[in-house]
Amino acid sequence: MAYLPYILCFVLMAIGIYGMVAKKNVIKIIIGLAVTEYAINMFLVVLGWRAGENPVAPILAAGQEDFLANTVDPLPQALVLTSIVVGLGVLALAVALAVRLYQKYGTFDITEIRKLRG
Amino acid sequence: MGVGKLLPLFVAVPLGVGFIMPLLDKLRRERILDAVAIVTSLFLFVLTVVLLTGGGDSVYWMGDWKPRLLEGKTLLGICLVSDGLSRLLVLIVNAVAFLVVIFSSDYMKRYTSRGLFYSLFFLMVAGMNGVVLTGDFFNLYVFLEVASISSYALVAFGCESEELEASFKYLVLGAIGTLLVLTGVALLYGLTGTLNMGQVAKILASGETPMKPAYLALGLFLAGFGVKAAMVPFHAWLPDAHPSAPAPISAMLSGVLIKAVGVYVLCRIVFNVFALTPHGAHVLMALGIISMVAGGFLMVGQWDLKRLLAYSSISHMGYVVLAVGLAAEVLVRDGSAALASLALLGGLFHLMNHATFKSLLFLCSGAIEHAAGTRDLKELGGLGKRMPITSGCTRIASLSIAGVPPFNGFWSKLIIVIAVAWAGHYWIAAVTVLVSFVTLVTFVKVQRYVVQGEPSGKTASAREVSAGMTMPMVVLAVLCLVLGLTVVLYGPFRKAVLDSAADAMAGETDGYVSKFELPE
Repeated sequence: MAYLPYILCFVLMAIGIYGMVAKKNVIKIIIGLAVTEYAINMFLVVLGWRAGENPVAPILAAGQEDFLANTVDPLPQALVLTSIVVGLGVLALAVALAVRLYQKYGTFDITEIRKLRG
Repeated sequence: MGVGKLLPLFVAVPLGVGFIMPLLDKLRRERILDAVAIVTSLFLFVLTVVLLTGGGDSVYWMGDWKPRLLEGKTLLGICLVSDGLSRLLVLIVNAVAFLVVIFSSDYMKRYTSRGLFYSLFFLMVAGMNGVVLTGDFFNLYVFLEVASISSYALVAFGCESEELEASFKYLVLGAIGTLLVLTGVALLYGLTGTLNMGQVAKILASGETPMKPAYLALGLFLAGFGVKAAMVPFHAWLPDAHPSAPAPISAMLSGVLIKAVGVYVLCRIVFNVFALTPHGAHVLMALGIISMVAGGFLMVGQWDLKRLLAYSSISHMGYVVLAVGLAAEVLVRDGSAALASLALLGGLFHLMNHATFKSLLFLCSGAIEHAAGTRDLKELGGLGKRMPITSGCTRIASLSIAGVPPFNGFWSKLIIVIAVAWAGHYWIAAVTVLVSFVTLVTFVKVQRYVVQGEPSGKTASAREVSAGMTMPMVVLAVLCLVLGLTVVLYGPFRKAVLDSAADAMAGETDGYVSKFELPE
C-alpha cells in the first residue's frame, strides 16, 4: 500500500493525457492539460513526503530536536510552487487561444477547426 | 574564473529587455524599439564572442552557493555551466538572434504591436540561453517553459485563423512534452535526492541507485525532448507551427529553437547525465533515421514554400541525431575514439550549418512573401529578374542545404556519411545519401519554381526588399559559403567551436561531473 499515492498520481496523469489526446472539444482538451499538470505536481509533493514518528511541516520551531528526522522534504514543495506558476502561464495562453479560435471559427470542435493540411 | 561571471548576463539581459519592451511600446516610437532590440542582440553577440575567446570551461554558482560538505552531505545551489557544447549552442542562438532582429526591424512593419513582438522574442532568447547554460534539472524545465510559452505565443502572433490553429496544436503537443520532462525530473529527484545535473550523473554512475526507474526517467526525457526536437513520430506540430509564424520567427524556431531545447538537451542527457547504454544509442539512431527519411519524403510533395522548409528541418535534425547516436553506439562498444569524435564533429557541424542555411531560407521566404504576397510555389516564378539579391541568397541556401560543394552543407553531410560508413553501417550510409539526393531534387524544384522563369501574375510587380532585410540574408549567405571552408581549412576555429563541443560530449559522465568540482 506504500505505493498507492504514486499509483493514484499516475492514474490521474493518464486521465489527463487521455483528455488531451482523445477529446474533440478545445475546452475539454484544456481541462485535460490542467488535470495532467496537477497530477505531476501531486507526484512531486508525494515524493517529498517522509513518514517520521510525528511528521511536521518544514518550518523549524525553537528547540525542536528531531526536526531533520520528522520533517517532510521542503524542496519539492518549492518546485511545485514554481511549476504551478508555469502551468498558469500555459493555461492562460491556452484559454486565450481558445477564445480567439472561437471568434474565428465559431466552434470549439477541433474536427471543424481544420484549415491546415499536408 | 573571469568569463564565468558573464554567464548570468546571457539570461538576465534578454529577460530584462523582454519586460522593458512593453513599457517602451507606450512611447509609440517604433524606431526606439528597433534600436533597443538591435543594441541588445548585438550586446549578446559580443558577449558570446568574449565567452568563446575567453576559452576554458567555467561554472557560475548563483548567489555564490558553491558546493560544500555538511555532515557528509554535499550542499549546493543552482549553477550555470559553460562547456564546449553549451558555447556552441550559445553562439548559434545569439548569432542567429542578432541577424533575425535586424531583419525583423523592417519585416515586422506589416504587423502591429512591435513592442510585444520584441518582448516575446527576447523572452524566447532568454529561455534558450538558459536551457543551454543551466546545470540544474528544474532550472532546465523552467527555462524550457519560458522558451516554449513565448514560442507558442509568437506562432499565433498574426492572429489569423490558421496561425491560431497551428499555435493551439503546438501548445497542446508542447505541453505534453514539457509535462513528460517534468515527470522525468521528479523521478530523478526522487531517486537521487538532488537536482544538480553533475550530482545526478555522479550518483547514477556510482551504481547505488536502482537503474530501472532511472531508465524510465530517461525514456520520459527522450519522449519529452523528442517532441521539442520534432523527431518523427513526435513531429506533428512542426509543419503547422513553423510556417504559421512570422518569417523571422520561423527562422528562429527552425534555425535555433528545435536545436537548443531539443537536440542539445537530448545530447546532454544521453551523453553526460546517464551513462551511455546500447539501448539509448540505438534509440537515438532509430529516431534519427526515421526523422531523416520521413521528413525527406514528406518534403518533396509540398507546394507551400515554408511548409516544405519545415519538413526539411525534420529531415536535417534526423541527420544530426543519427550522427550523435552513432557516436554513442561507437563509444558504448568501445570502438575507435577517432571514429566517435568524427561522428560527433559531423553531427555538431551539421547542427551549426543547418542554423545558417535554414534561417537564411526562412528569411528569404519572408522576403518573397513580403514582395510577392504569396508563398505558393505554383504562383511564384521569375523572381531572379525581379529580386536579384533575395534570389541569389535563395540559390546559395538551396545549394548549401542540398549538399553541393563547396557550400557548408556538403562538408557536414560528407563527414556524417563517412563516419556512418566507417562504422560499418553501409545500409544506413546508403539511406543517408539517398535522402541527401531527395533534398537535392526538392531544392532544384524550389529554384525552378521561385527563381527561374518569367515574372507573371503576382511576381510581376514584386520589387527587391529594403536593405534592412537583405543585409542579414547576405551575411548568412556569405556564412554558408565561408563557414564550410573555414572549418575544413582553418584549424583554430574548428578547435575553439566544434572540437571542444565534441570533446564535452565524448567526455561522457566523468568529464561532465568533473566540471562541477564537487567535494568528495
